[in-house]
Amino acid sequence: MAAIELSEVRKVYAGGVEAVKGVSLTIPDGAFCVLVGPSGCGKSTLLRMVAGLEGISGGTVRIGGRVVNDLEPASRDIAMVFQNYALYPHMTVRQNLEYGLKNRKTPKEEIARRVEEAARILEIGQYLDRRPGQLSGGQRQRVAMGRAIVREPAAFLFDEPLSNLDAKLRVTMRAEIRRLQRRLKTTSLYVTHDQLEAMTLADQLVVLNAGRIEQAGSPMAIYEKPASLFVATFIGSPAMNLVPLDGPGASPLATLAGPGRGRQVLGIRPEHMRLLDGGAGVRADEIVLDLVVSGVEVVGAESYVTGRLAHGGPELAVRVPGYSHLEPGAAVKAAAPLGAFHRFDAESGRRLELA
Amino acid sequence: MPKAAFPNKLLPYLLLAPQVLVTLVFFYWPASQALYQSVLKEDAFGLKTEFVGLANFSAILSNPNYLSSLQTTLIFSISTALLAMAPALLLATAAEKVVRGKGFYRTLMIWPYAVAPAVAGLLWLFMFNPTMGTFAYMLRAAGVPWDPLLNGDQAMLLVVVAAAWKQISYNFLFFVAALQSIPRSLVEAAAIDGAGSTKRFWTIVFPLIAPTSFFLLVVNTVYAFFDTFGIIDAVTAGGPARATETLVYKVYIDGFVNLDLGGSAAQSVILMAIVIALTAIQFRYVERKVHYA
Amino acid sequence: MIERDRGGRFFAHLLLIVGVLIVAFPIYYTFIASTQTIQTILRPPLPLTPGGEFAENYGQALFGGVGRIGGVDVGTLLFNTSVMALGIALGKIAISLLSAFAIVFFRFPFRMFFFWMIFVTLMLPVEVRILPTYKVMVDLGLIDTYAGLILPLVASATATLLFRQFFMTIPSELVEAARIDGAGPMKFFRDILIPLSRTNIAALFVILFIYGWTQYLWPLLVTNDNRMNTIVIALKKMVSFADADTPWNLVMVTAILAIVPPVLVVVLMQRWFVRGLVESEK
Repeated sequence: MAAIELSEVRKVYAGGVEAVKGVSLTIPDGAFCVLVGPSGCGKSTLLRMVAGLEGISGGTVRIGGRVVNDLEPASRDIAMVFQNYALYPHMTVRQNLEYGLKNRKTPKEEIARRVEEAARILEIGQYLDRRPGQLSGGQRQRVAMGRAIVREPAAFLFDEPLSNLDAKLRVTMRAEIRRLQRRLKTTSLYVTHDQLEAMTLADQLVVLNAGRIEQAGSPMAIYEKPASLFVATFIGSPAMNLVPLDGPGASPLATLAGPGRGRQVLGIRPEHMRLLDGGAGVRADEIVLDLVVSGVEVVGAESYVTGRLAHGGPELAVRVPGYSHLEPGAAVKAAAPLGAFHRFDAESGRRLELA
Repeated sequence: MPKAAFPNKLLPYLLLAPQVLVTLVFFYWPASQALYQSVLKEDAFGLKTEFVGLANFSAILSNPNYLSSLQTTLIFSISTALLAMAPALLLATAAEKVVRGKGFYRTLMIWPYAVAPAVAGLLWLFMFNPTMGTFAYMLRAAGVPWDPLLNGDQAMLLVVVAAAWKQISYNFLFFVAALQSIPRSLVEAAAIDGAGSTKRFWTIVFPLIAPTSFFLLVVNTVYAFFDTFGIIDAVTAGGPARATETLVYKVYIDGFVNLDLGGSAAQSVILMAIVIALTAIQFRYVERKVHYA
Repeated sequence: MIERDRGGRFFAHLLLIVGVLIVAFPIYYTFIASTQTIQTILRPPLPLTPGGEFAENYGQALFGGVGRIGGVDVGTLLFNTSVMALGIALGKIAISLLSAFAIVFFRFPFRMFFFWMIFVTLMLPVEVRILPTYKVMVDLGLIDTYAGLILPLVASATATLLFRQFFMTIPSELVEAARIDGAGPMKFFRDILIPLSRTNIAALFVILFIYGWTQYLWPLLVTNDNRMNTIVIALKKMVSFADADTPWNLVMVTAILAIVPPVLVVVLMQRWFVRGLVESEK
């Protein structure tokens, strides 16, 4: 059990490209930290630096209080789960699980005990003598996790472990990983580009963009108070609606502007808006917007109606329970609570708080 | 992302050392010697050596023996390549048609590949030499004046047949692989379009295996150029009257028998140039194969 | 193919049988000859079925020694040829595995320089550089040695390229997983890379064994001593159409014995052979 501490960690590639531009982050002992961001944001590089698979160009990485910058991956007391599982194809499941322990000269009985234990937890006991090629994607994923578990490491590192699974299995495995981590209480660092995965798994969520931390905190804190335009649009699906206050159709919202003189962008999440029937039932703390419907997306339990504030204005999505019968071109009114709006500086993208 | 690598500094050089050493000693050293000697003239006793520039090359290229050897090589290579490829294609097409016994035919078809060229030459010589060959006996009984040891054309015919026989296995396997890779749907589409079996072969199948055929043509030519030394030496030793003296055989004769080191070295250099050219053609083909795929 | 073409299929079988007969006939003919007395061989036409001298001829050739090649028996020749073929095959595989491993799994200065240096050797067969290579062998005192038979033919790029191509298909995550599992480079090489390369090694082994067994020009040059000859060279030395005392029955036996081992390797390891052949030309 150990905390992972990164301080001012940087990665500069030989060609001068700076993939990670000074990241400081502390993952408390036993926490599940998820790094999320678009591809190329440096999240995998960061993970691989923690693992020891990439050199560290600057700053320090500590695992359990020990600086590991110059240690081999094998000496860092970590285990890693890879996107394509990286199981040794010529070894049986049991041999895959045993390999790392054997290399560490773990006593035979101890190896057997741990393999037994991992097989029990992951319910892969009946596959122990098969080869990875004979297993399904989900089973391979379990074996890959088993290989990490048997090591009983100070930390688990996950590199997009669910990306190769189909959508349904991904949801199951997601829950399973979460349960497992709660049970073992092993500090975990998990990389994904899927914001839904990130939201559901993380104790601590870290949004990365262009090699820097945009925001770190609990998933709900980030969801409720995104620190920047980038975070606002990246976390949440469908994405937060954005209205530049100096853009077309924004005049009804002008009163919502925050402090400061710069150009501002307002944000509102689709689920915080509702369509009005006729015009009745507007509460005092709501603002009413006129929209022209441009499309309807029915998801099943709910629908998303998109509409424009004015000709050429930004498109806003509104979540509607059930099935929406609206046709494109229809005029509707939507209401949104004043307190649900987010304000961002258009230049820097940073969040603006009302004084 | 770059390929994962181990961080060791010294180890990769140690791993490379055996191959680099062997390559330097047995490849680069002799090859540079060949280049060096090709511009020198040495007398037969190795007592005097002088730099003669490109004189060895111009001497070779104006030597009628060399030019006729070049012609012999071309005739030999092209005949061998064609004679090795045509039956192989025919048999591969037949093998594609049969349902049962494919493996059986293939097993019997690949034997000649394992036979050494020199031995292959001897096998054919056993059957066709005038003193004891059963087929020579039959030919004579039929009134054919058969004597490959005296008649240059017949000698050439014999070495071509022996060389082609050995290469049929190889071509057969490649043609079978090529035929198998043709999508069934294409052939079926042609059948629906009303093309008969022969027409299907020439309009669909043949164009699709053309890259393989071209590749095999190059490979067979290279084979005939260089790997048939044993056949020539065992069957005709270049004779009669140099009728089967190929370029490679001539390098050997001039170097080891006539002891013309400079001339032999210059011939080696010319051969190297030919190999490089053929290899380049082959690589261009490989690149092109990607587009066909 | 498409229609249930019975006639076509029959014709195909017929064609294949004729083809197989022609392809296999020279070997069969020689086998027949190897079971006959020398008198029968010298009086064509040869019968189409084996004669009664099988045990006599083969026993004489294998253990008795053949006068024309200095009384060396074919057993010795087979041993020499096996050493050469195995030496070339295993030597090439070993040094190629190591060098391909270095080129693919390490980053070091002059990596590409070494790659090209090895790659260029692909282009030049021994045949075009015989004389200078021979001189090198004389300088190194390798004439009439197994090292002399083997080493120059081990210097080729084909196997290295093949292994390099295969290694590049191995996902880098496998290397990373191994590093995290505490495997250093050589442990990775032994525990993971070699087992994964098994089929490639087998395929290459067949091709290289045949290559080594069928060598002619090189063993002809580097062996003067009859006891160091390979079977192919000795066979050629035994044959003379001018001399009346060529022991034709023993020649035929030697020819068959020169053919059988590589044919067995090719036939028994057919799956790898076909694969190796098609892949090594890519």
